[in-house]
Amino acid sequence: MFRYLLGKLAVLIPTFFGITIVAFGFVRVLPGDPIMLMAGERGLTPERHAQLMAQYGFDRPLWQQYLSYLGDLFQGDLGTSLVTHRPVAEDFLTFFPATMELGLCTMILAICIGLPLGVLAAVKRGSWFEQISMSAALVGYSMPIFWWGLLMIILFSGTLGWTPVSGRISLMYYFPQVTGFMLIDSLLSGQAGAFRSAVLHLILPSVVLATIPAAVIARQSRSAMLEVLSEDFVRTAKAKGLGPALVVGRHALRNALIPVVTVIGLQVGSLMAGAILTETIFSWPGIGKWIVDSISKRDYPVVQGGLLVIAAVVMIVNLIVDLLYAVINPRIRHG
Amino acid sequence: MNKFAYLCGAAALALSAPAAQAQVLTVCLEGAPETFNPELTSNGTTAYVLGQIYDGLVSVERGGSEIEPALAESWEVSEDGLTYTFALRQGVAWQSNDSFTPSRPFNADDVVFTFHRMMDSEDPFYEVSGGNYPTFNAKLADNLASVEKVDDYTVAFTLTKPMAAFIGTMAHGSLGVTSAEYAQAMMDAGTPEQLDLAPIGTGPFQLQAYQTDAMVRLLPFAGTWGAEMGDDLRTPMVDAVVMAISGDATVRLQRALAGECLIGLYPNLADKETIEASDTVEAVQTPVPSTGMLHFNFAEEPFQDQRVRQALAQAIDMENFVEVIYSGMGHLTGAVVPPALWGTASDIGPWEYDPEEAKRLLAEAGYEDGFETEVWAIPVSRPYMPNGRRAAEIIQADWAEVGVDVSIVTYEWAEYIQRARAGEAKVGMFGGIYDFPDPSQIPNNYLTCQPDGSTAPSNIGDWCDDRFNEVMTEAGSITDQDERIALYHEAQQIVHDEVPVIVLGGADTITAVNTSVQGYVPAVFGSSRLSGVTVE
Repeated sequence: MFRYLLGKLAVLIPTFFGITIVAFGFVRVLPGDPIMLMAGERGLTPERHAQLMAQYGFDRPLWQQYLSYLGDLFQGDLGTSLVTHRPVAEDFLTFFPATMELGLCTMILAICIGLPLGVLAAVKRGSWFEQISMSAALVGYSMPIFWWGLLMIILFSGTLGWTPVSGRISLMYYFPQVTGFMLIDSLLSGQAGAFRSAVLHLILPSVVLATIPAAVIARQSRSAMLEVLSEDFVRTAKAKGLGPALVVGRHALRNALIPVVTVIGLQVGSLMAGAILTETIFSWPGIGKWIVDSISKRDYPVVQGGLLVIAAVVMIVNLIVDLLYAVINPRIRHG
Repeated sequence: MNKFAYLCGAAALALSAPAAQAQVLTVCLEGAPETFNPELTSNGTTAYVLGQIYDGLVSVERGGSEIEPALAESWEVSEDGLTYTFALRQGVAWQSNDSFTPSRPFNADDVVFTFHRMMDSEDPFYEVSGGNYPTFNAKLADNLASVEKVDDYTVAFTLTKPMAAFIGTMAHGSLGVTSAEYAQAMMDAGTPEQLDLAPIGTGPFQLQAYQTDAMVRLLPFAGTWGAEMGDDLRTPMVDAVVMAISGDATVRLQRALAGECLIGLYPNLADKETIEASDTVEAVQTPVPSTGMLHFNFAEEPFQDQRVRQALAQAIDMENFVEVIYSGMGHLTGAVVPPALWGTASDIGPWEYDPEEAKRLLAEAGYEDGFETEVWAIPVSRPYMPNGRRAAEIIQADWAEVGVDVSIVTYEWAEYIQRARAGEAKVGMFGGIYDFPDPSQIPNNYLTCQPDGSTAPSNIGDWCDDRFNEVMTEAGSITDQDERIALYHEAQQIVHDEVPVIVLGGADTITAVNTSVQGYVPAVFGSSRLSGVTVE
């Protein structure tokens, strides 16, 4: 198991360097620069533009800029935003819990909906339940998030008034951030109704963001289950006289989980992509919205720092998934 | 066990119903403040937030365009128009925070410090937050020779050449005064950047907390000079202001309709009817001094001929264009200076829509079979152009009628600006919003050129007209308003006749304001004030 882990870690190091180059290069190949964007339509004289570019060091050759970025990185310095003048690492730590909270709730919701739906659809193959649930999954998978989010807001917040429109908590509450997780901080605040407000604010964005992952998990778990249910060992289990719940729960599901866990791991990456839209619609101050805003402002340090840390998170999640395989199926680590 | 009991108690409270609430004014903003020092940005949203915290030497009257005294009580201009001497208000208190308590009121040292930081690269604060002061750089840097303290309450600004728009420029929110004493205290503490992150101003509200990209919370500053002198419009009247950051216009409107925010900024113009149908929210309409233009590129052969430019202006059904693009809230005008501002040439309308005349002019210029060109559509929504793509499509259809075949081109905003400035747009949309009430800003930035032929930063078509430049220079160097109005009229007539640009118009903006809010008047220039506003 240790060698398996070492092997996985060895791949991570060159990947990490690759990401630093991509993160650094990506924002710089885009036309336009931060100084010009700050001036906007008003513009700047070419002389002053050149002076400011030199002041920020953007006139140096790219390789020099990259090396100094790498040097700072090894000292744990992600840089300072050109727009807000706050350290990138500090901002990241502010935004990350918001995305993490939304992401966790979303994944729990997606698994709780997708997995039983997929398993039941496989067990009840050919039934109306399979037809309906898989059609729903296809619709969920194809749903444009932005449109879906606005529709949910207009229906549940605007028309029915059941949930708040957006934000993480009602504007009437104010308490200092302790953990950055609103559910925990609202509980710690001791303010009347704060936790309830935080939960209500989490419902719509989680449902919207969970739509695609839930659909993907449902479809994947159905096909994995169908495959496993036709295996000999399942027939043997049935022949032994085990009840359907035991056959599915103890024998089939565990074997069907490997591809499902892979898909769940991959969904963490696409969750980040979905979070960009969800965070914008629901005014959720998270990582996705932060990076997109920074790209449009050509805020180089934020884009390269933020992308790097997000990539690192996705890499770690995938490493955990790889390790989980080994736990679920011991044959993998010996393979 | 004690900790457990505390947590249980806290949880029980947190799960229960909300408690009675103080009078809180909630505002939904379209973006987050970029910084907490106005000098460092020219971003409108940031100006809205910081306008509640800082004051400048002068300000624009509430909801109007007249300049009125703020931290300066009065000012004088020297005979040669080069020196402006400001008499400062006395007894103006600074705000305080956890790391700073002021020992003295506002005085001339603060004004000198504020401007010295932006104009002198040797100043210890010059590079603290990057050294980029967008408004100062664009408006004053090339013309401000010195800022001197005459005595504790008198400051003299000396210019290198007369600048009629100087007082108007000083009303810009980015030129708010910062505290020299606070700056020194932060420098001594080894945290100079705190000057720009934890604001200390003289305005009616002070920062309580900023949750990045989520919320700004302001508390009333009871000692603000407006309250001390009994000016209700400069006195905070609510217990707190909470500004929620909500980027999407549809969501902002839903929040306003649901009562989550009492003031919702910049809903889509097309949603006006939805607001009007609501019992709890009103659509407050405010003129925006902005001008949208279609610039002809003078490097392109057809556009060097005035007849072609005029023909293309006459080929657009501008009445229909303005109605569709500005959702019925636009102004049909041919004047570069918008109707919301003094100096506008109200008698100059758009070129008369006449496709037959357009065809005749094109034929006369040798383009009887038309030609191919591009129209660049701005990719962002601006008051002067809410929907660039749709606007380009209308122009495409209108010009097709006279034989001109248009391809629509657009880029992401940063790329658009860069390429348009590099002269790549054959016909490009560009425009701007006036930052201060002086008509010189947009004609100067978008249409003038230097004697050496180099054009102003936003003159993307590279038009250069000697008479126009002379008139603009003269109008910018005299202070008599009537004479200036006459000169700006002449300048606008030249633009109309020469057609270097087609003026597309501009629109009013709307704000969704809850009926429980009293006294909120959206600003035409600069930032709207939340002082003097009450919640019933």
